[in-house]
Amino acid sequence: MLEKYKKHQFLFEELVKRDFKKKYKRTVLGMGWSILSPLAMLLVMRLVFTHFFGRTMPHYTTYLFCGNLVYAYFSESATQGMTSLLGNAAIFTKVNVPKYLFLLSKNCQTLINFGLTLAVFFIFCLLDRIAFTWKFVFLLYPVALLMLFNIGMGLVLSALFVFFRDIQYLWSIFSQLLMYMSAIFYSIESFSPAVQYAFLLNPVYLFIRYFRKIVIEAAVPSLAFHLLMAFDAAAVLLLGCWMYRKYNTEFLYYV
Amino acid sequence: MSIIELKDVSIRYKVGDFKAIGLKDYVIRKIKKDYHVQEFWADRHITFSLEKGDMLGIIGTNGAGKSTLLKAISGIMKPTEGRVRCQGNVAALLELGSGFDGELTVRENTYLRGAMLGYTRSFMNDRYDEIIAFAELMEFQDHPFRQLSSGMKSRLAFAIASFVNPSILILDEVLSVGDGAFRRRSEKKMMEIIRGGATTLLVSHSLEQVRALCSKVLWLHKGEQLAFGENVNDICGRYQDFLDRR
Repeated sequence: MLEKYKKHQFLFEELVKRDFKKKYKRTVLGMGWSILSPLAMLLVMRLVFTHFFGRTMPHYTTYLFCGNLVYAYFSESATQGMTSLLGNAAIFTKVNVPKYLFLLSKNCQTLINFGLTLAVFFIFCLLDRIAFTWKFVFLLYPVALLMLFNIGMGLVLSALFVFFRDIQYLWSIFSQLLMYMSAIFYSIESFSPAVQYAFLLNPVYLFIRYFRKIVIEAAVPSLAFHLLMAFDAAAVLLLGCWMYRKYNTEFLYYV
Repeated sequence: MSIIELKDVSIRYKVGDFKAIGLKDYVIRKIKKDYHVQEFWADRHITFSLEKGDMLGIIGTNGAGKSTLLKAISGIMKPTEGRVRCQGNVAALLELGSGFDGELTVRENTYLRGAMLGYTRSFMNDRYDEIIAFAELMEFQDHPFRQLSSGMKSRLAFAIASFVNPSILILDEVLSVGDGAFRRRSEKKMMEIIRGGATTLLVSHSLEQVRALCSKVLWLHKGEQLAFGENVNDICGRYQDFLDRR
């Protein structure tokens, strides 16, 4: 494993550099936009839901930001990851390289974006008079799992995208649905207990919920909650790895 | 002990409706039983082995299965039947011109390609100037790659590839790059690598080249192995007759 990593380290670094340059090269704002865009989103939501829908939850801005933060990272990783394999078809049909490198390179980029947004998030927490407790350390858990979950999702989607090009459109509809189901701007407490349990089936919601628990309620979720998240991440990651392994030499028929 | 050994290698290739249809189409066609995938054998029962320092010329008309065979040897494809065994590292130079990124500069592309060929960063740092000089692209280093002419692009591709030091070298139509002067230099460079002890597989449409360079020759036709052996002149002659009769 380590030997394999060493062997492809140079290629991986060059791929990350390439993806970075291609994304930011000819934009004036460059990486600044990556911070501004979630902030603008937050502002819009905040305006709409407090002024038009009259939400008066304590720390509502932080509540919203938790949702946006997690969902934006997930959605960006998924949509960018989806095209990572097909976009590099010219390379993997000519050179024998591990195909997951292309996805990991994209994920590096979205992780950096997430890191930047997370920094802004903590500044907003300060402004929202959130008490920073030692429990914030627990945030490492959802962040690490979300990373794995996103990689898994990217593997699955990028493999599917090679076989079925319309996955792109189906996914954009599905991710809309997922967004509305993730309780980003509303609270699930008004639903019946059965419906509330149903929300636990949505992995993205779990990550958002974890963030809110730690940041707003200063409470650590239960062990079962931790395990459920780990299960989701592992399941998706394993599915993705299995697909890449199974179709490793099949992809090139479809490009 | 041979360096490359192919035992009864067959490769099935898929063509048909599946390419670039969406999931919606796929489901509907499956239901209507209108989904057709044709499979054909791109290579059938190929058996040969090469010793250290051998230079194999692979000849055959278009669609003979030459490139597919090379992909199986380089590990990009897996044989459907049979076994490919290679000893040592393989460098495959297939269709050199593609796989570059038009948006990036010449310098960035050079590093990326070097990484793809398995060079290390320190090796690239050392050899970068030499590569650019060989490709005669000194004044274009920081230009976007898409601004180069196609001749320049293939010159760069060849220059980067020419520093490989593999035990097995696979060349798919790469010895015919650039204009006359560059071509002579590139052939010379290739011969240096080959003489360095690499076992080489060369696909070429130039019989003259095969006769001059190769110690063994493999003739493929529609996936079948028509001839293999050290009697290069004899097989090339028969192939020439075959071409003339068509």
